[in-house]
Amino acid sequence: MDSDIKIRAENVNFYYSETHVLKDISLDIYANQVTAIIGPSGCGKSTFIRLLNRMNDLIPGARMQGEILLDGKDIYSPRTDVVELRRRVGMVFQKPNPFPKTVFENIAYGLIINGIRDRAFIRDRVKQSLKKAAIYEEVQNRLNENALMLSGGQQQRICIARCIAVEPEVILFDEPCASLDPISTRKIEELILELKKDYTIVIVTHNMQQAARVSDFTAFLYLGEVIEFGPTSKIFTVPEKKMTEQYLAGRFG
Amino acid sequence: MDDRKMQDKSLLQNKDMLVYKTHSMKGKDISQGLGFMLLVLCTGTALVFLGSIIYFITIRGIRVISWEFITDVPRMAMMKGGVAPAIIGTFYLTLVSISFAFPLGLACAIYLTEYSPKGTIINIIRLSINNLAGVPSIVFGLFGFAVFVNAFGFGVSILSGGLTLGIMALPGIIATSQDAILAVPQSYREASLALGATHWDTIKKVVLPAALPGILTGVILNVGRVAGETAPILFTAATFYTRGFPHSIFSEVMALPYHIYALMTEGTHPEVQTQIAYGCALILLCLVLSVSAIAIILRQRQRKMYGQ
Repeated sequence: MDSDIKIRAENVNFYYSETHVLKDISLDIYANQVTAIIGPSGCGKSTFIRLLNRMNDLIPGARMQGEILLDGKDIYSPRTDVVELRRRVGMVFQKPNPFPKTVFENIAYGLIINGIRDRAFIRDRVKQSLKKAAIYEEVQNRLNENALMLSGGQQQRICIARCIAVEPEVILFDEPCASLDPISTRKIEELILELKKDYTIVIVTHNMQQAARVSDFTAFLYLGEVIEFGPTSKIFTVPEKKMTEQYLAGRFG
Repeated sequence: MDDRKMQDKSLLQNKDMLVYKTHSMKGKDISQGLGFMLLVLCTGTALVFLGSIIYFITIRGIRVISWEFITDVPRMAMMKGGVAPAIIGTFYLTLVSISFAFPLGLACAIYLTEYSPKGTIINIIRLSINNLAGVPSIVFGLFGFAVFVNAFGFGVSILSGGLTLGIMALPGIIATSQDAILAVPQSYREASLALGATHWDTIKKVVLPAALPGILTGVILNVGRVAGETAPILFTAATFYTRGFPHSIFSEVMALPYHIYALMTEGTHPEVQTQIAYGCALILLCLVLSVSAIAIILRQRQRKMYGQ
């Protein structure tokens, strides 16, 4: 097993006001690997992944206990710069959410808010990001079009390019293919496999086959608890827990 | 997406009509039919009122309207000449009220939607702002007189009147701006924050640009509404007659709504001056309607931007 741990969650508990959503979750996420989080709807997958870049901070009445360490540093310590954290830990959402701006402006946005003014540099980085997100050829002549005019699958790759542009270390995918057709889904999956060379990837999915196709490690969550966590090859062939086996066989969920 | 919704809707309507036709004898359907008729009747009545206002004002006003009427100053004790100073006066008052109410209202709306902590105090503030919209316009006039004319010493002037109108437009501008800001999908905010943008960057570069058409629509409609008001400018800005055009924001001005009021109440030759009043009313109506038209166009553009 690769010993290079990028993110470590230790005894994480999370509450939406009185509801106990995540129960004592401990999980290691390895650098340059794809970690999939699977489980039935409502098991806390999305809640967990949104803790990793503190997106849940926005929810009033939410409470978190435990530690999440990024490169060994607690991201929930009062000294953490949340803005910097979110630049380092990027996120691609369930529904493609490009801004109602041009394709170019969408990708350049992250650079501009981070204070980069050099136009040539921005142009270059936009191009590189689009290439990395495997969307450049499709949009190279449409950079000044409104990104909302693109197809859903293209929009999602634009969002991935937008995320890559600020050079994060980790990319969180929150059910990135939930609203996409099979062909777009395949493109995104191929892209994820390509991206893991440069980034640490965490993907939430309730598509078990997708987890099997793209991930190196899989965590199975059920009702807010980690039932089983390990190498994907092992989880999908010889799971240790009976519940994991039943879920993967489609007995529930 | 909207298209599909519309289609669904029309399908639904067709189905209803089908049911109505085939089983029209049943008691249930008769009552539905009556209800439907009643609604059509009420809508029709409202349209008749709107239509007849426009019709009468146009018919009576169009007689006196000429190039001279729009561009010339009043002559011979309001019997001849034009009402250009009143048009210009209304324009200046509107300009001052926008430049005052737009930034202030927008800032309030941003604070209330994006920053204010949730709680009782904020709810009281919201409620107060809404109630401000219900204050009678003459009360705003008195307030403007006490504060801007006297306390601040601006005198009876464009500045005093514009500020009074601005305060009157403020609650509406805050309310519509809040709605426009809240209508910006949360997913845009999340996308921006997830890229390492600060809250302020997100507001400035994502939320406001997306909400701007809605905000502008609100500003235009509310300023358009108060621009036609008489009471707020009665003691703060308006005067019956000026020889020429205003030369600074401290000048008192003629304004269209007040000019109508003055002609109808203080005129010495009602048979001529009533006609002039209708002419003014027509111009005022045209101004307010064209302002609304601009607002509608802006709203359409916003819908287009979201690909709806």
